[in-house]
Amino acid sequence: MDARQLLKALSEAAGVSGFEQELEPLLREAFEPLVDEVRTDVLGSFIARKDGSGPPPRPSVMLAAHLDEIGMMVTKIDEQGFLRLTRVGGMDKRILPGMEVMVHGRRPLAGIIGTKPPHLLEPGESAKALKIEDLFVDVGLDRERAQEAIAIGDLVTFHRPYIELANGLVSGKSLDDRCGVVAMYICLEWLKRLQVQADVYAVATAQEEIGGKGAIVSTYDIVPDVGIAIDVGHGDSPGVPEDHTSPLDKGPALAIGPNIHPKIHELLQKAAKDAGVPVSTEVVPGNSGTDAWNMQVSRSGVPTGLVSIPLRYMHTSVETLSFSDLERAGKLLAFFIATVDRSFVEGLTWS
Amino acid sequence: MKDLVKRLTEAFGPAGSEELVREVIAGEVQGLVDELRTDALGNLIAFRKGNGNGKRVMLAAHMDEIGVIITAIDDQGFIRFSNIGGLNPHALLGKRVVFAGGTTGVISSEPVDEPKDLKLQKMFIDIGAADRSRAESQVGIGDMGVFYGPFQDLGDRVVAKAMDDRIGCAILVQALRELGSCPHQVWAVFTVQEEVGLRGARTSAYGIEPDVGIALDVTRVGDTPKSRTMEVSLGKGAAIKVTDSSLICHPGLRRHLVEMAKAHQIPHQLEVLEMGGTDAASIQVARAGVPAGVISIPSRYIHTPSEMVDMNDVRACVDLLVKTLEGELRF
Amino acid sequence: MVLRRLSEAAGISGQEQEVRAIIRAELEGSVHRLEGDTIGNLIAVKNPGAPGPRVMLAAHMDEVGLMISGYERSGMLKFRKVGGIDDRVLVSKGVRIGKDRIPGVIGAKAIHLQEPKERETPLRHDQLYIDIGAKSKEEAEKKVQLGEYAVFDTAYSEFGEGLVKGKALDDRIGCAVLISLLKEDFNLPVYGCFTVQEEVGLRGAAVSAYRVNPQLGLAVEGTVCADVPGVDAEAQVTALGRGPALTIADAGTLPNRAMLRELIRLARESNVPYQFRRTTVGATDAGRIHLAREGVPSAGIAVPCRYIHSPVSVASLEDFQNTVKLLTLFLRSVEGGFRP
Repeated sequence: MDARQLLKALSEAAGVSGFEQELEPLLREAFEPLVDEVRTDVLGSFIARKDGSGPPPRPSVMLAAHLDEIGMMVTKIDEQGFLRLTRVGGMDKRILPGMEVMVHGRRPLAGIIGTKPPHLLEPGESAKALKIEDLFVDVGLDRERAQEAIAIGDLVTFHRPYIELANGLVSGKSLDDRCGVVAMYICLEWLKRLQVQADVYAVATAQEEIGGKGAIVSTYDIVPDVGIAIDVGHGDSPGVPEDHTSPLDKGPALAIGPNIHPKIHELLQKAAKDAGVPVSTEVVPGNSGTDAWNMQVSRSGVPTGLVSIPLRYMHTSVETLSFSDLERAGKLLAFFIATVDRSFVEGLTWS
Repeated sequence: MKDLVKRLTEAFGPAGSEELVREVIAGEVQGLVDELRTDALGNLIAFRKGNGNGKRVMLAAHMDEIGVIITAIDDQGFIRFSNIGGLNPHALLGKRVVFAGGTTGVISSEPVDEPKDLKLQKMFIDIGAADRSRAESQVGIGDMGVFYGPFQDLGDRVVAKAMDDRIGCAILVQALRELGSCPHQVWAVFTVQEEVGLRGARTSAYGIEPDVGIALDVTRVGDTPKSRTMEVSLGKGAAIKVTDSSLICHPGLRRHLVEMAKAHQIPHQLEVLEMGGTDAASIQVARAGVPAGVISIPSRYIHTPSEMVDMNDVRACVDLLVKTLEGELRF
Repeated sequence: MVLRRLSEAAGISGQEQEVRAIIRAELEGSVHRLEGDTIGNLIAVKNPGAPGPRVMLAAHMDEVGLMISGYERSGMLKFRKVGGIDDRVLVSKGVRIGKDRIPGVIGAKAIHLQEPKERETPLRHDQLYIDIGAKSKEEAEKKVQLGEYAVFDTAYSEFGEGLVKGKALDDRIGCAVLISLLKEDFNLPVYGCFTVQEEVGLRGAAVSAYRVNPQLGLAVEGTVCADVPGVDAEAQVTALGRGPALTIADAGTLPNRAMLRELIRLARESNVPYQFRRTTVGATDAGRIHLAREGVPSAGIAVPCRYIHSPVSVASLEDFQNTVKLLTLFLRSVEGGFRP
């Protein structure tokens, strides 16, 4: 399959934080031909390892893009067969009324997050956002039949097809951060054509949205010399200050700030030039909110970098990005990895 | 078992000062395990060898309870305090606290215009001292106190302070008493400082490096008048946790616990908690990761001096834990 | 005096090199080894072969400050905050940007031009800008890059009676305490960890504690001192001149009670003034040290500093000296067999 097909398949599949194993067959199919070994760890992160060609001890680079999506979970089935929900991960609850969803019970069931018709609203009611406790899912079943098919703790995901918009933009659910996973795939394809000394671990991390847990344990296990997170950054859109966003289709953004090792940022900038990839700079004055935050403080410390793919409408079901930015990110990562050698790694220790 | 619960809940043990609780528990488990030790932060680790090719299992129940810490004493002998763990200011008004040395005090507050303006900074503790020096002869800055809430037997149900999580400790102790032949190496860890950030579980899990982790802790119920949605009720059995704010329990382990409950006809219920946290979350991210789950004890009025549990649920939790440990852990 | 140099050095979280270089130069020759790591911590190892528990002392090198995040067409610079800063201390202050210490000012509309209502509402940091005198965005872009750091432009000096004023006393004063201790000789393996990025999440401490794997931990800080008008007595946390402040509990740590008792006992026995840090808000490097690996009994001690996290803070030299004194007594006690 190619990168576009992979992105569409990943976007439309269900893999809520903590339940990412659903995606494993798809990832195996995509990554196995490109690497030496694939495995899944205890928390559900998918790890694809490709050995480098340098003499041992080889430097190691870990890429991290998170696999999980935000979603919801059933907390109750009421007397009429409607379902009550809680959130898994930080979703904007204002997107929920009128949303089509998939309930992952004994079998997948279509559902609708129902709403009061406008005719019956009190004055001023529509100016207030609904609380999660007020929302319900209609699966079209009565209580008895709902209980046969659905249990408390079952997951509910957005049901939204992946679509292509104008100018190479694409839109779908879970592009945060499945686009990062596809960027790693594109990177590995490029690595086939480049001379690479370092061992590469492409990790599709689990449970990032609920505390970065996949990155914590996989980094502890791998002990990489360099860690690069590939996540989404806020794309430009009306009403958001410019210095908090990056424009779409102008290349990935390279983060700078305490979460990022300055020399890694420098080498990423250089790799961008060599690869002919346009990039912008993203100022991150503290917690980057990505796997880079947890990777950086693993064991005795891991020097980290962060490549962000600009994305609009984060944590909704209509996340939108430029497919070219994705391709650029993948190529950039490959050129970066190709320049990582022992002396670069040694130079990352401050005196 | 009620007597054990009484002794454990009445012991003094705010987060950071769990010694007295540790002494009670050490006395209980002394003869039941192969090794007993206390680690650097104060966790009590009771190790029981297995008799087969099982897994390394870490069980966790926390010894610490929430409490108050004295931050200032004024000229009139009134005491200012802050919280150790989660305290709801409204749940404190008029309640009594007990400090380490036995001094008792009453919690009250400065007048506020609106109930929502009530904050810990506006509250104080009155130990009945006439002035600063009389107060300072009994307590000092940095001293910790806990709720005064003696154990009460209401029949099937019992009430006490610190059910969270002395009831988990009691279940762990009882499970060690009843555990028969077990193929697994079991570390029963009575943890410290859970209420302030799941801390004891974090360092003890790092030390033990288990293959599996199961925590025992209380959970909310939804069976009181107009309660927030929660499908767990008192008296309906051991609650098997799906998720709370701190972790998503390993789905395979959770399904295994459900299967065990069904196979042995143990009353059980599924739990989704939209808040809260347990030691299992710390165990889960130890080193390279550990599959972790929780057996929860349904409880009403958590984080008040009158936490209530149903002894039938407690019995179900003990049974579930014992049966799970006596079998293969396959998930 | 080293405290002057430390206070005036630029070292916002993520770029502590200048501070590290000063400390390294101070300690060269006084310790066995000086090691750096990939996040920027400096670890001074003294007597690694000595008997007794490994003692880790930690003080952080980083300070709070600003980071350039964008340009206005007019040539003004937009910025983000690094670490916790009350927006109200920013307006009408001077900064120095980057390696070349380009001077800038955080301006605001002249009062003459404001509506009365405007004067009542503090300006948020995203409404403020730094003026370096550039006439256009292009000129600004040439002089200053995105991500460069802007420190408060504050000169250190002695002040009042026995007091000092300067920026970043939190925690350059802690660093100065550590330097004094590391110049003494204890028959103990002592690891002086000058940590980075404490202000953005105790980051350096986590990493250095894992590496050092100590048996005892102490965080040495500059802490909140609010003995000023408008603050009730019970909310002041600490007071200047009353000695080092001992942590009773904070958001990150419940100190080891035995260590806390020993510090109190030693202070009383030798008549060293001490006080308690009378609050539970805030956190120190001890928050990460005590949770390293299998756990480390830890405690926190701090020099009271008025106006921390603002362009200029104030501390008492006597409090500084008493902090060194109390820690010296503590290390001697550990030498002599004290264990938590």
